[in-house]
Order: sequence, then C-alpha cells, then structure tokens
Amino acid sequence: MTGALDKGDLDIRTDNYAGSRAVLVEMSRDWARRGGVVIDISAVEIVDSFIGRMFASIAALSRVLDAETVVVGMRPAVAITLVELGLSLEGVRTALDLEKGLAILDRVAARRGIEDQHPDEDTEQPVTPGAPAP
Amino acid sequence: MTAAGSEAQMPIRTGDDVVRVRQLVRGHAQAVRLSLVDQTKLVTAASELARNIVTYGGSGVVRMETVTKSGRTGIRAIFADSGPGIADLELALTDGWTSGSGLGLELGGARRLVDDFDIDTQVGRGTTVTVVKWTR
Repeated sequence: MTGALDKGDLDIRTDNYAGSRAVLVEMSRDWARRGGVVIDISAVEIVDSFIGRMFASIAALSRVLDAETVVVGMRPAVAITLVELGLSLEGVRTALDLEKGLAILDRVAARRGIEDQHPDEDTEQPVTPGAPAP
Repeated sequence: MTAAGSEAQMPIRTGDDVVRVRQLVRGHAQAVRLSLVDQTKLVTAASELARNIVTYGGSGVVRMETVTKSGRTGIRAIFADSGPGIADLELALTDGWTSGSGLGLELGGARRLVDDFDIDTQVGRGTTVTVVKWTR
C-alpha cells in the first residue's frame, strides 16, 4: 500500500477543522515516505466550499512535502453539485475509487523510485522472483 | 406560494450547527421526495449559507418549511442573521470575492444550486437569505 489514509479519519462530519489539522500533522509524517495520500470520500454526502478548501489545503501541504493527494470515491450527485457550485478543486487529483487512487500513487512512487516500505499483508501476496504472472 | 405543513427552526452559532442544519434540510428534502441530486444541491447550498452566518453574521437562525405552488412542492429555507450586513451585494455575489477567509463561492454558489434565491441585507442590521428548491 502506497499511502492510504490510515492514520485517522478527517472529522469533516462535524467540521472540526482544528482536530483535522492535528490529524493532518500526524499523517503528514508518513506522506513523504509513502509518496502520497488518498482521501476516500465515498461516505461523504456533500462537499461544500469549506470541505473543498480543506481538500485543497491537504493537497497544498502534501505537495510541499513532495507527496501527491488523490481524492477518491466521490458520489455522482456530489460531483454534479460541486461543478455547479463552481468549486474546481485545483491542485487536487481525483480517481474513481480507492484502487485507482492507489494505482496513481504507485505510479508516482515508481517514477520517483520510492521503495515500498509498507506492503499491505492483508491484500498483497509476496511476489516470488521468477514465478509466472497470474 | 403557500406554506404546507412541516415547519422547523433552529439557531446557527457554531460549526456543529452547520452540520445540524445540513441534517435538518436533508430530512425535509427527503420528505418531499426531492431527487438525490436536488437534495444534494439544496443541502450544499444550506451548508454554504449556514457557514456564512457563523463566519460573518456571528449567529442567526434558519427557518424551514414545505411550500406548494401550482401543484408543485418545494422546500423553503430562510437564513437570517443580525450581523454587519453586506455593503456591496453585487460584489458579494461575484465568484471569487470574499471579505474573509472563504473562497468567495458561498453566496453565488448557493444561488446557482437552488431554484429561487432572494437576499435582503442592510448594513448594520443583518442579512436574510431565502432559498427554495422545487420538486421536478
């Protein structure tokens, strides 16, 4: 796993921005090493300009730390509303789902030559050298 | 346009209230069977307007009611505060303009997300924004 948001949930349900910032500082320690952060918003029912600004802040912060931010899982109704609201989420990459978001980070990591120091034991099988591809 | 039953009112003072406003609007929007996209648009607009009150108005109140017109049903939400008011309304409705820390999309964005949008503001007296979203 290249960089899922596994250090804590951003508290956007209660708009607790201060709390979220503390979580961000904690998470950011891992970002540079892992090459990025994925924000899964598949459970989020609306994105207003306040939450959008939070995504932009995370993206800007991660960029300074040489890490990529990918927002994944946006519901269609949320996407339609976001466009009409006029929120462009500049500097924030998006992907359809978590898998595609992680694939983006993998490509970024590969391009930078970052070693994957945190293989996810639950989902990834170790690759035996010389074994035929499945 | 006449009010038809279901009414609710709640104060807006903190960020937590913004979340409660979203829940209240969502409940009303579901009750009149707005489509999911229209629900999302109305809840998002309400979120912008409620946060505007917290950010600029200090505190205020939202009143919500079900309304009918020519056989159609809608949700009307009235956001009122007794804050500083808006000196240049046209400017405040312009995308990208903000007097505070916002993105400047709040008012103009909220207007695009609803069917009817009305704003009444007086410097030193406060601001009242009324929005309606109709069923299709």
